Amino acid sequence: MSVTYDSPTEYIGHHLTFLTQKFDAGGFWTLNVDTMLASAVIGVLAFGFMWLVTRKATSGVPSKTQAFVELSIDFVNNEVKSIYNGSNKLIAPIALTTFVLTLFMNAMDFLPIDIVSGGLHAVGFQKFRYVPTADVNTTFALAFAVFGLSIFFAIKAKGLGGWVHELFCAPFGSSPFLWPFNLLFNLVEYVSKTLSHSLRLFGNMYAGELIFLLLGLLGATGIAGVIFGAVLHLGWSIFELLIVILQAYIFMMLAAVYIAMAYEHH
Amino acid sequence: MDINLTLLTQAIGFGLFIWFTAKFIWPPLMRAVESRQKQIADGLAAGEQGRQSLASAEKRIADMIAEAKTKASEIVATGEKFRSETMDQAKVEARAEGDRIIAAAKAEIQQEVARAREELRNQVADLAVEGASKILQREVDPKVHADLLAAIRKEL
Repeated sequence: MSVTYDSPTEYIGHHLTFLTQKFDAGGFWTLNVDTMLASAVIGVLAFGFMWLVTRKATSGVPSKTQAFVELSIDFVNNEVKSIYNGSNKLIAPIALTTFVLTLFMNAMDFLPIDIVSGGLHAVGFQKFRYVPTADVNTTFALAFAVFGLSIFFAIKAKGLGGWVHELFCAPFGSSPFLWPFNLLFNLVEYVSKTLSHSLRLFGNMYAGELIFLLLGLLGATGIAGVIFGAVLHLGWSIFELLIVILQAYIFMMLAAVYIAMAYEHH
Repeated sequence: MDINLTLLTQAIGFGLFIWFTAKFIWPPLMRAVESRQKQIADGLAAGEQGRQSLASAEKRIADMIAEAKTKASEIVATGEKFRSETMDQAKVEARAEGDRIIAAAKAEIQQEVARAREELRNQVADLAVEGASKILQREVDPKVHADLLAAIRKEL
């Protein structure tokens, strides 16, 4: 490709830089255009595909595509049913959305980074990171959304008073002396749930991307490096396949569990 | 790893995708899956019902066959009985008929014998008269000697 790098640091740094759009003074008021664009395209393609399938869906003998989509829906539905069996009909669709979105965003990691980057350079994007889940903003956004939904459903199920009551009176007891401890415990639980939920996915995907970059660096050391790097790249890709699916599954399951926990009474 | 505005846009986008899935993808597909499940369940139930009705039909057929067998053997027995009865009757009738024929033959023979005897007697009487007339050398007038002739006939 037409881009050359002076040092490995520059190579990796370049591939790990977001395409940003600053508003005001920058800082928080910055948009990662690449992450947004990639996730939007992935989401529109994935859900558009599923929507097209549902438009032609029959209850008779399904086509292969419909059977595939139904299989994934049934899979998610069974997983959610094993966690939650209440009246909330939204948990399963939320889990499905989470699973599909994270799975395809993770799967972007399989695209050969230098070839795709080269193509993007050619059309004018000098910096473009197309694995949205390797951006901490995306994983935090998903985790916060799940957190918000769990709070929303908790208040909806128990009422605002009931939710606040549980905040102060669970899990240790309702004695006023224990109120601060209960509150502290619950806050820690909320924060740690959301942080671990988002950082687990981010860490896995970021590490996966970084290892692909390091294997790419190996290719710059000569012909032996290219061959060795290609073999390692294949090995890591196969391993990454497991990680991509597993992390999407874990993220989906945790989202379902956290939202289902909103319905638990203490 | 900077937290920035992307967080909000991604969360909003995620929410939109959830809304889209929950509204346009999940319900129709679940409907299709559930109605197919219902169809399959109905089909299985119908198959089960068919198997049960087959079993009951087989049982009915076996019953009918058994019934037909007993009826057939009853009919055979009746036929056997009827045959032996008619044969006995025929035997009795035949015997009666035979006896009747024999009796008639015997009566006829008796009659024949009587007639032959009568004829013989007349002939003998005639012969006797003829013989007597030859002896007397003259005609015996049967009218005159009717009493005598009748007495001779009686003696023969």
